Amino acid sequence: MTAVLELRGVDAWYGNTAVLRGVTLDVQDGGMVALLGANGAGKTTTLRAICNMGVRTRGEIRLAGQRIEGQPTERIARLGVGHVPEGRGTFLGLTVDENLRLGGYLRRDRKVASDTSKMFGYFPVLRDRLFQQAGTLSGGEQQMLAIARALMSRPKLLLLDEPSFGLAPILVQEIFRILRVINQEERMAMLVVEQNARLALDLVGQVFLLETGRVVASGPPQQIAADESVRRAYLGQ
Amino acid sequence: MQALLHQLLSGLANGAIYASVALALVMIFKATHEVNFAQGELAMFSTYIAYTLIEAGLPYWVAFLITLIFSFVTGIGIERLLMRRIQGKSQLTAVIVFIGLLVAVNGLASSLFTSSIKPFPSPFPSQAWYGTTYLSPHEVGMIVVTLVVLGIVFAFFRFTRLGLAMRAAAENPASSRLVGIRVGWMLALGWGLASVLGAVAGMMAAPIVFLEPNMMGGVILYGFAAALLGGIDNPWGAPIGGFMVGVLENLAGAYVVGSHLKLAVALFVIVAVLVFKPSGLFGRTVVVRV
Amino acid sequence: MTAEIPKATIAGSRPIRLGRPVGPPVLLVLAVLAPFVLSNYHVFQLSQIVVYAVAVLGLNLLTGFTGQLSLGNGAFFAIGSYVSVILMTRFGVPYWLTPVLAGAVCFGAGYLFGRSAARLEGLYLALATFALATAFPQILKLDRIEGWTGGNQGISITKPSSPLPSQLSNDQWLYFVCLAMAIALLVIAWNLVRGRTGRALVALRDHPIAAATMGVDVASYKSIAFGVSAAYTGVAGGLGALVAGFISPDSFTILLSIQILVGCVIGGTTSLYGALFGAAFIELVPDLTKKLSELAAALDFPALSLKLADSSPAVLYGILLIVFMMVMPDGLAGLVRQVRARLARGASHVRT
Repeated sequence: MTAVLELRGVDAWYGNTAVLRGVTLDVQDGGMVALLGANGAGKTTTLRAICNMGVRTRGEIRLAGQRIEGQPTERIARLGVGHVPEGRGTFLGLTVDENLRLGGYLRRDRKVASDTSKMFGYFPVLRDRLFQQAGTLSGGEQQMLAIARALMSRPKLLLLDEPSFGLAPILVQEIFRILRVINQEERMAMLVVEQNARLALDLVGQVFLLETGRVVASGPPQQIAADESVRRAYLGQ
Repeated sequence: MQALLHQLLSGLANGAIYASVALALVMIFKATHEVNFAQGELAMFSTYIAYTLIEAGLPYWVAFLITLIFSFVTGIGIERLLMRRIQGKSQLTAVIVFIGLLVAVNGLASSLFTSSIKPFPSPFPSQAWYGTTYLSPHEVGMIVVTLVVLGIVFAFFRFTRLGLAMRAAAENPASSRLVGIRVGWMLALGWGLASVLGAVAGMMAAPIVFLEPNMMGGVILYGFAAALLGGIDNPWGAPIGGFMVGVLENLAGAYVVGSHLKLAVALFVIVAVLVFKPSGLFGRTVVVRV
Repeated sequence: MTAEIPKATIAGSRPIRLGRPVGPPVLLVLAVLAPFVLSNYHVFQLSQIVVYAVAVLGLNLLTGFTGQLSLGNGAFFAIGSYVSVILMTRFGVPYWLTPVLAGAVCFGAGYLFGRSAARLEGLYLALATFALATAFPQILKLDRIEGWTGGNQGISITKPSSPLPSQLSNDQWLYFVCLAMAIALLVIAWNLVRGRTGRALVALRDHPIAAATMGVDVASYKSIAFGVSAAYTGVAGGLGALVAGFISPDSFTILLSIQILVGCVIGGTTSLYGALFGAAFIELVPDLTKKLSELAAALDFPALSLKLADSSPAVLYGILLIVFMMVMPDGLAGLVRQVRARLARGASHVRT
């Protein structure tokens, strides 16, 4: 099994401030990985480093074996990375339909229409609101739209930045359930950044723990959860 | 009553020109949050190109088309070579660069084509069947051409993949990159289209105001007024603003301030909008950010 | 002695530096001696430079204190010119007093403008002032005020004559009048920059929200800044009218506002001495293209010579505006400062 994503010794800066130091992590093909840590640990920065969004990096970042560090963001998207960013990044002034079409912007094949139907299968509410302005959707609906948009490009790797943020627990559970289904049905690799460690641990097969820009622990969720110090620091036990 | 109708319709005809200029301004503003002060001069330069082609013997509409292509390419060139470099800089810097562009293009036109006033042909013959007592054939032609061009532009943005990508790039460049859109080139295309709109305005206006380097000096002011009135970030507002300003200019000129103070009408609209309703009639951006 | 309004920079602001004052006395001596060695035409040009310098200073003060750009200072220059001329021709006010009064009137106009345009910032202020400058000549030609302004024809004045005709020619006398006023204004500006009002304005420029929450009347201070800027420009206008001897609405097109902008950018947008560089540039560059044209003719390039003779300095202005903003945003004054700093650093290295 090849790794879809490999980070080796990645350092990252905003301006002159170093935010990541020597981050090393893997996402296997079809795997689900969570990146956990406290506020400011560098989780979002890691995702932005992968997509080269406003952060300078040093070190190796590989997508399916190909080096992508320093490439323009749009090129990395073309290579097969779907990113649901912090704040969802919805095109608020455009309709749901237009948002989805933009998700499929790179697709030139004919299966786009069927993929759209598939999205409606996962997120029926999007069909109901298809021609509404995206800005009028609720938080949960926008989150679903953001995920659907990222999926429309049939990425090799899906990055999700705090998909649970600001959402009611029931909604979060539903979204996580759908993510698991997508991962199983499409065998799509996912890297999920989460503050809500408990939920993430249920979802994924591998966890990396970030603390002030460094990976301090990694392993299967059961192992991480069993670790006394981790539990105290991050799981509030 | 007849006179009023005449002023109204004539105002609509002028408004067609302002509508094109306003849309060009709004397009660039939406994408970059900058006002293209040099829009008028670029349009003037394009008109000179058309003139040169026509003088060289090319039929009007062929020259028209080639000029549009020239303007498109020039617009892209200016964005890629110049505007891209001032992207991170302050608004002050951007404004000064735009003024510099305005001045340079004006001077270039003077140098290359001399500042003597030249007549510019209208493709709409003065005895044509569609002339009425209220509107000359050229005025009718101006309105029709403008509406056709505006229609094409709006359809492009609404129904094509590229148009959607450009709208997305203007609204949310970061998210656009995430879906694979080359935002830089979208901006360049926006500039290209805006230049095309400007060229159309210039070629429609030239038969009336005559071709000389300062011909767009007043027109651009009305363009600003129209863009602001319609809402500086609303592409639909721009044509509406354009026609409104055209009519307002004529009515105010005929009945209120006299034809010699027409520019002051534009100034008045600009200041009034900025002071009382900065987002214009249909705009969303709040001009003063705290 | 670098007179510099502290720039708002991202990496901390630059304090006002008071080095050893070598420049100004030398400059002063040169300024006083120059008219005696130059022809009358060149003295006339020097007067123009002084006039432009005051106008550019007006814009520098505005930009420095408010961080805002006005493209409409040509309008205040025009008002200053007309007020000055009307006072002279209609009311018999002595010529040396008229620029001062013109400045006072313009202070009022600028203050009022600042008050009403208080909400306009950045791009929108630039837009509004651009519109003002473009529409102004038309306003000046208004029938209703033609009695005062002379309409399209404009007004001529008899240029002031020298009180010491054997020692000083008229041109030389007029130059010294301009120079004296300019120096006085420069000193006032310098004190303004260093003084309490100046510091308050800079603080306001850099932290407007904080200032407002502390109860400072931001609009009032901004209006004062506009008033001062307009006043300087108005005095320049008054002096300019005396030097030119004739004014008409078409002397005050948008090009004038752009020329002042060019002078401001080339000299350095917040530098007081930069105003001199900028003014010299505005006055001498059109001459330069003429000289280049003659050179081209002499070197046997008749087509090039014709092109140069025909062309306005506009292309050069435009290119320089763009280039300076991208490469030398602090203008020539900034360049001089950098060079001096580097030399000082070099000297201190030698000492240790």
